[in-house]
Amino acid sequence: MASAKQASRISALNAGMIGCHSCDLVVNAKDDFHHHLQCPRCGANLHSRKLNSVARTWALIIAALVFYVPANVLPITTVVSLGKEQSDTIMSGVIYFMQSGSWAIALVIFVASVFVPLMKILILVFLLVSVQRNIQWRPREQAKLYRLTEIVGKWSMVDVYVVTILVALVNLGVIADIDAGPAALYFAAVVVLTMLAARTFDPRLIWDSKEEVE
Amino acid sequence: MSLIACHECDLLQKRTDEIPPHSKAVCGRCGAVLYRHIPDSIDRTIALAIAGLVLFICANVFPFLAFEVSGQATQSTLISGAASLYLQGMWALAFLVFVTCIGAPLMQILLMLYIFMPLKFGRLPAHIPLAFRSLREIQAWNMIEVFMLGILVSLVKLTKMATIIPGLALWSFVGLIVVLTAAATAVDAELVWQKLDCNNGKR
Ligand SMILES: [Zn+2]
Ligand SMILES: [Zn+2]
Repeated sequence: MASAKQASRISALNAGMIGCHSCDLVVNAKDDFHHHLQCPRCGANLHSRKLNSVARTWALIIAALVFYVPANVLPITTVVSLGKEQSDTIMSGVIYFMQSGSWAIALVIFVASVFVPLMKILILVFLLVSVQRNIQWRPREQAKLYRLTEIVGKWSMVDVYVVTILVALVNLGVIADIDAGPAALYFAAVVVLTMLAARTFDPRLIWDSKEEVE
Repeated sequence: MSLIACHECDLLQKRTDEIPPHSKAVCGRCGAVLYRHIPDSIDRTIALAIAGLVLFICANVFPFLAFEVSGQATQSTLISGAASLYLQGMWALAFLVFVTCIGAPLMQILLMLYIFMPLKFGRLPAHIPLAFRSLREIQAWNMIEVFMLGILVSLVKLTKMATIIPGLALWSFVGLIVVLTAAATAVDAELVWQKLDCNNGKR
């Protein structure tokens, strides 16, 4: 790893410039900062910060929280076996694996389906509050938290895929049949919404209020 | 010497061109990766994309798991998995599975070939900024490695109910995950934009 030499301790915004999010070209925007600017190299629309990032991220997180409830309460699969019907929620699936001794699988599902989405939502709420209230706590750690939400996000989809595979394979009429439950859809919505929320949040806002402190 | 603004914290920094091969330059303030130096980026990306295309076809043509109980057997491919959700009326979920496990990896491979094949022969494909932006956006929605974990969980869940036979597609998945991860890090964005600069007659 080579650390890039620093030209300054100043952000592009404070220097009157914009870095193109698409091709990384730094464009001088001093003259018309508020006008509709396009990157001279790749033609992308230039924004110094993502538009309405805070409000949009809040909206996506609140929507994700709303869906998080039915995702955990409603059944995710319904197993029909020899005339008997049994519905499973995400948590009852975890408990089933624990009771049958598959601790590793129980842990994977619990972390991916219950812990990660909630942790992601809490981190983003913290970052939003931090940006809105100018919290000065360790910006580098905040940046790491943000990167974490980006990396772990998609792994929550694992339960949706398990349902897909079970539904596709176990289709033997009376002997055994598995149907997807409504929670699968709510759960997928939570994953997509939190992924969108992480992409809508602008991590540069974390540093904007710390510029003078440096 | 050109400037670069960190895309995660907006700090202005000088771009140092002489970083060693296979290394990356990181932001001095927040630690984000600014850019990488990848030797033979174009050849590497094309080779990996072609390997990816072959593995992708295998992963989709062959079943990944077969399930057998008291003489009756079913098997599933990626498409039939998404299709069975669709047949149960879960079309939104079917669409999501299709996009994240079939559409996104395929688009990722095709866009890499579209961008880097012409570059290899010194030409610039049309609409390259749009193609490149799409490539970056699509990579985030490629979730085959998560699907792979889903297969492993299902295996454990189903072995108690019936005989499970891993299919050929399972090994293709593993290969595809490795190849696409390597391909994503082989892309040297700056190379593309410098070619664009030359063509625009600037610099
Ligand atoms: Zn640009
Ligand atoms: Zn930075």
